Amino acid sequence: MKQLDTELSKQFTLSDYVEQRPELAFVTVEKQQLVPLLTYLRDTKKYTHLVTLTAVDWLEVNQFQLTYLLHNYETHTDIGIRVKLDRDNPVMETIHHLWEQARVYQRELHEMFGIDFPGSPGVEEPMILEGWQGPPVMRRDFDTAKYSLETYDHRKRDTREPEIYMKEKLYPED
Amino acid sequence: MSFATKLMLSFLSLGVITIWGLTLNGIVAKIFARVQGRLGPPFWQPFIDIIKNNAKRTTVSHGIMFYLGPVFRIAGGIGTYMFIPAVLGSVMFSNYSVSGDVFLVMYFIFFGQLGMALGAGEGGHPYSAIGVARGLAQMTAFEVPFALSVISLAVQYHTLNITEIVMAQQGSILNWTLFTNPLAVIAAMIAMLGMTMYNPFSVVIAPQETPIGPPTEYSASFLGLLATNRGIFNAAKLVLFMNLYFGGATNIISMLVKTFAIYMFSVFVGVAFPRFKTEDSIRFFLKVPALLGALAIVVWLI
Amino acid sequence: MTDIDKIHDSLEAKPEPADTETNNNTEREWRKDEKTLTNSELSLEEQDWFCDARPQPVKPAWGPIEKFYNWARSHSLWILAFGTGCGAIELRPLVTARYDISRLGMQPRPTPRQASVFMIGGYVSIKTLKRIVRSYEQMQGPKFVVAVCSCAINGGMYWDSYNTIKRIDHYIPVDVYVTGCMPRPEAVIAGFTKLKELIMAGKAEGQNLYAEKFDWYKANQKQVIKDWNMPDYNW
Repeated sequence: MKQLDTELSKQFTLSDYVEQRPELAFVTVEKQQLVPLLTYLRDTKKYTHLVTLTAVDWLEVNQFQLTYLLHNYETHTDIGIRVKLDRDNPVMETIHHLWEQARVYQRELHEMFGIDFPGSPGVEEPMILEGWQGPPVMRRDFDTAKYSLETYDHRKRDTREPEIYMKEKLYPED
Repeated sequence: MSFATKLMLSFLSLGVITIWGLTLNGIVAKIFARVQGRLGPPFWQPFIDIIKNNAKRTTVSHGIMFYLGPVFRIAGGIGTYMFIPAVLGSVMFSNYSVSGDVFLVMYFIFFGQLGMALGAGEGGHPYSAIGVARGLAQMTAFEVPFALSVISLAVQYHTLNITEIVMAQQGSILNWTLFTNPLAVIAAMIAMLGMTMYNPFSVVIAPQETPIGPPTEYSASFLGLLATNRGIFNAAKLVLFMNLYFGGATNIISMLVKTFAIYMFSVFVGVAFPRFKTEDSIRFFLKVPALLGALAIVVWLI
Repeated sequence: MTDIDKIHDSLEAKPEPADTETNNNTEREWRKDEKTLTNSELSLEEQDWFCDARPQPVKPAWGPIEKFYNWARSHSLWILAFGTGCGAIELRPLVTARYDISRLGMQPRPTPRQASVFMIGGYVSIKTLKRIVRSYEQMQGPKFVVAVCSCAINGGMYWDSYNTIKRIDHYIPVDVYVTGCMPRPEAVIAGFTKLKELIMAGKAEGQNLYAEKFDWYKANQKQVIKDWNMPDYNW
């Protein structure tokens, strides 16, 4: 995998190479170079399978990190391409022309993180949250418990810390 | 006998046959359950279901044709029964058998389904349309061997009157069509499997995949009417088969026993076999059973 | 005092003003598909498919007849199972040889038009709540609702979820709740037995309750279903 990284580094600006297992490595790439890199990996290096496209919210550094995980069926190796996005203006190029199924991931990311993929088909359509009007729910600054308590009617329930409760029940004299 | 007395008696016999048909349905549900290792519903469950459906407080109608669908269906069921002599020689159960009633009865078997198709179509539910399309296709297919078998009987007995066909089979058990014309009986019995809509021809009412076929949109008393018709129609079909192929009945006990035995044939097959797709069942009916029916005609023509 | 207790206390207190960071997010309009339709605004073609009047409470029949009807109803419960959550897994064993609800006169019914018991199996998200309301309204009365699993009662393990309603009885009337996560099939059958008792006693009048408090239920539903894009009366 290291060999692949050095080979790619000749053409692309890569950084933060991490090899987790002999057959799995991650590498970070510039935002502008992502689509050329993916195209190169798909067409030349036989990484033909887009396993997943997911996002991580790095609230502290005000960044979103996209991970494109690719699989090579001949060598059975995976490579994850990471891209850092600005959290205030999360816009990324769509890759649905490379893998048709990517539009589902992109639609989901748009709904859950508010990351926009201009040109991706149906990216604005709601996927799970029909009629959702709050902020994107997977962003870490969205307080789901608070939202839930403010929005829905809760049934009052008695909650006890099991350890203390059992102590009171079983050994009241202590 | 006056017309009014006759009418009253035939409606009494209709009541008896309705109760018998519903009881049969209940018994069959019980048998299915026992074969699957369950206890199953009590055999009077169909009656409770009908009462409950008629006791519903609200119902939805989608127009006149929707309303008339179950009415046509039950008219088909009653019509089928009313022109068959259920018990030979009995005043009460002889009904309105006339010359040429075999064709009338065959028409009535089809009539209910067509009316249902119109009604269910107006309901507007896509599953109804699927169920109707499947039902009519399969019905057309199993009518072929059945019709051929009946024509063979007409050739054999030189009559189209059910009463006369039954009369010709009296005397000895060897006079039954079952023994005099076995090919026609085999073709008709296979057609009956399609008529009763148990496995392997149950895809029409497919209880889980497309919600119960044509009556998807029907609720409350409409459904009660359809369930009542299931009893009448089943029993009427069984009585018809008994008359045509198994020597008819001279008393009510023999009628009950024979219809029960004939029904058990389709139940045994239904319990043991998986399900055909619609196109497969059409192909099936148009191959061997249709050929057997045609052969039965040819044998008697020669 | 645990964290959960603190949150419960904050229920009584006024909601705190949001900090600046979240405020930015909530001010942005993320979705613009807010729609509110009532039946009068439907096109003529569509109006034909929906009811144009509120549900009206229906008076029960005369005493002994109603008792007889209730007996028939309780012995012929046709279930419309709505497998919203994991509790739906526990409904399958009910029809198998081991538990066999058909001996009690029950059977699963795949269309709401014919069913009399609406069975909600688990947590209810906003998206499924829309379907639940529509299915419930399409059922023909008298109709009963059995809600299974703790999620249906108080949100269960999804009590802090942004997309799950916490109690179904604010949106449709519920006759019987079955507790457990998930309840065993025996517990579900016990729930049905309880429902039978209620029906026999003439206490399961959820249909009339829904008709009488229709405005309250509709207001609750519209409060959480933000894109109300279905008619108000759809039975």
